[in-house]
Amino acid sequence: MTTNILEMRSITKTFPGVKALSEVTLDVGRGEVHAICGENGAGKSTLMKVLSGVYPHGTYEGDIVFEDEVVEFKDIRDSEAKGIVIIHQELALSPYLSIAENIFLNNEQKGGFGLIDWDKTNHEAAKLLARVGLRENPTTKIMDIGVGKQQLVEIAKALSKRVKLLILDEPTAALNDEDSDHLLDLILHLKGQGITSIIISHKLNEIKKVSDAVTVIRDGKAIETIAKTDVTEERIIKDMVGRDLEHRYPDHTPNIGEEILRVEDWTAYHPQDTSRIVVDHVNLNVRAGEIVGIAGLMGAGRTEFAMSLFGQSYGSKISGRVLKHGIEIKTRTVSEAIDNGIAYATEDRKTYGLNLIEDIKRNISMASLKKLERRGLVHDNEEFKVANEFRKSMNIKAPSVLVKTGKLSGGNQQKVVLSKWIYADPDVLILDEPTRGIDVGAKYEIYTIINKLAAQGKGVIVISSELPELLGISDRIYTISEGRITGEFPIKEATPETLIKHMTMEKAR
Amino acid sequence: MSDLDTKPTTGSDEPGTVAKAASWVSHVISDLGKNGIFIALVLVVVLFAFLTDGILLRPQNISNLIVQNGYILVLAVGMVMVIIAGHIDLSVGSVAAFVGACSGVFAVHWGLPWWLSIILSLGIGALVGVWQGFWIAYVGIPAFIVTLAGMLIFRGLALVVLGNSNIGSFPSEYRALGNGFLTDLFGEYELDPLTLGVAALAILALITQQVRTRIGRQKYSQEVEPLVWFVAKLVLITLAIGFFAYALAAYKGIPVTLIVLAVLVFVYGIVMNRTVFGRHIYAIGGNRHAAELSGIKTRKVDFYLFVNMGTLAALAGLIFTARLNLAGPKAGDGFELEAISAAFIGGAAVQGGIGTIGGAIIGGLIIGVLNNGMSILGIGIEWQQAVKGLVLLLAVAFDVYNKRRAGGR
Repeated sequence: MTTNILEMRSITKTFPGVKALSEVTLDVGRGEVHAICGENGAGKSTLMKVLSGVYPHGTYEGDIVFEDEVVEFKDIRDSEAKGIVIIHQELALSPYLSIAENIFLNNEQKGGFGLIDWDKTNHEAAKLLARVGLRENPTTKIMDIGVGKQQLVEIAKALSKRVKLLILDEPTAALNDEDSDHLLDLILHLKGQGITSIIISHKLNEIKKVSDAVTVIRDGKAIETIAKTDVTEERIIKDMVGRDLEHRYPDHTPNIGEEILRVEDWTAYHPQDTSRIVVDHVNLNVRAGEIVGIAGLMGAGRTEFAMSLFGQSYGSKISGRVLKHGIEIKTRTVSEAIDNGIAYATEDRKTYGLNLIEDIKRNISMASLKKLERRGLVHDNEEFKVANEFRKSMNIKAPSVLVKTGKLSGGNQQKVVLSKWIYADPDVLILDEPTRGIDVGAKYEIYTIINKLAAQGKGVIVISSELPELLGISDRIYTISEGRITGEFPIKEATPETLIKHMTMEKAR
Repeated sequence: MSDLDTKPTTGSDEPGTVAKAASWVSHVISDLGKNGIFIALVLVVVLFAFLTDGILLRPQNISNLIVQNGYILVLAVGMVMVIIAGHIDLSVGSVAAFVGACSGVFAVHWGLPWWLSIILSLGIGALVGVWQGFWIAYVGIPAFIVTLAGMLIFRGLALVVLGNSNIGSFPSEYRALGNGFLTDLFGEYELDPLTLGVAALAILALITQQVRTRIGRQKYSQEVEPLVWFVAKLVLITLAIGFFAYALAAYKGIPVTLIVLAVLVFVYGIVMNRTVFGRHIYAIGGNRHAAELSGIKTRKVDFYLFVNMGTLAALAGLIFTARLNLAGPKAGDGFELEAISAAFIGGAAVQGGIGTIGGAIIGGLIIGVLNNGMSILGIGIEWQQAVKGLVLLLAVAFDVYNKRRAGGR
């Protein structure tokens, strides 16, 4: 018996016209946590789909050896039967079913007459929940727990299938720091119980924290596997982008002018539970050419603040004043907000930002069709020209602007969203998690774009849960906790420690 | 400082001469793919022309095809817009019956002038749309429910208006909407000169417009299809229109219904492709949240969509009533399903966001040819139903398959 639980040998996978994987070899040791990183589109997910049988045997070249045996999976059920379970980035849970029902979905705990034994189901689920450290009743509905806890339910589900090799595709992408830490601890805990994990991640600090080895994939090739002792961020980044990134953040010399936007006493309540205050008397301002960061944990009210400000897209009983250049403006509807020079790029591009079945061109023009109107008709050649200019200036990687946005990688989708708002020509841009789920190279480009916008004299508000990012690009940072602004720091005074302290500051009760 | 500026842009904009042949082939293939529905219509026509020994393509039959399916095509125009926005309208058949009954009261019982009766009837259709649009857009009840209720409500109201009897004997100007022809202008000829003239103008206008679009695109250095293919397509379209016009001219000339339809297709084609309102419909159907957060007034768009649908349902009701010269309780029965089928056969997506006016019209024509062809062959109504159901299923299955193939990464 070798020490490797998994050996993928010379895996090559081609799609019509594209070689997604080329001779990729991956060895994963028994009981280790193996990280895989690479830019979006590098081939990480394809490799994992080959491994888990999503792409069945015969559609790729090369061999998979699992537990010293060549395996040929026909589908996911085959790979699960061998103990390989993949947890996708988009969780596969049914929101209206209970935790226990989700755990045993398609693996129901049966009693007599083939009927479901609910006592057993809930009892077994409770045991699994204890193993992953989730203190919830097994009968709680999935929709009533947060994303962090849902992730744990997915892992409990994997455990119920007697998992030997657990694959996690960007498990912390949607989690806040606290939930991420908990999840990473759990992965290490499972490692103690002999469960091997493969974790796909963009976040270099968490890779360093949990993994025993890191394999970097670039352009469908495995660049190298680095042992834990040799892992450095610089080396991983260099492998990922194929070049040195001198700085993670582009240089930015602020040229700050007059105040553009001031928000006073902004308050909003939960849309259904109208007695629950979600945004609590927020005061903030942004000046021309300034990049203002808002640091807060998930659920702190950051997105809720931005969306309630942007045309009351969130919340109820909204009150407060918005002043632009010192004059009060109204932002009761999205179009009113846009007309007043405010733009908001959502944290969830796929659900709230893009029309994925439509092309790049029409997505860019979506918020500003009035500009393209000539005698009542949309000037479509002009639209093409505008979109093409954005494709070039924003470096959107697509052969033409007629490509559907659903086919673009996360980074390029984000550039389309930003193009849409830049074309709307606002004075203030609110960017909510602008680099979520985007690889390192594209992040740098997004930061460069943000800098350019500030250099043009626009006010930019960046909401992010990644502190290094906020510290790297902002001129001033607000912290938000439980819907309240808990601190304001010029960049020179901001340190991760003080920010975290203020981000977790609780209300005096 | 920034490597964004120094990096060469990826992908060249002008394809080299080497790539030209490949682009030619890919253009033809992609056009065939996009116009798959058009090819399907041609195949169905050829099949039935063969099976019926050419009866299908006789001038009288071609003319009948348009007149018999006019009201379904009118409904299909409105329906595809509703479907693109992600809704559905089950009430159009009942609304058509209700409006037909009202028009009977106006034109026959009250003896109002035909034009006033038509205007009032269209107004009632719009009001029905206001009613349904209100519940859908501003109260937020799914269109399926609101229009299911509307299906019952307006069927019931149609019976109330009719008061247990049919209304018949409409004025002749009114009846022209359903079975009139534009022939009498130049007198009777073997081949109606007006029809041929209009066809010639239509072909000329079409070619001018296509050439202008092409030149416009080139001016903005957009990729255009190869010249040979462009010309070939124009020739094919010219031949098709020419044949169609010849058939109409050899019979009674241009049906009034066809004029109504042509105006609708022209106007709504522009609305959907070139106006902000049309673009907003596609945006809403593609992703409602994203549309809302881009400042699109989704409620307003939804509301006007149903006002529009109500008006078109009224128009369909008028054409149907005019054709039968009778407003009866059974009018409009099952129209909604034919219109919905037309939209889906024509390539509209069940989830919304995708579809075209032209596609819906062709979808409606496919149903029409099937109806007509099978009737000529003497196939019973029971088998006609089954075949139409099967065609709908296959058309959507084909679409789903195509998308999966295109979307597979």
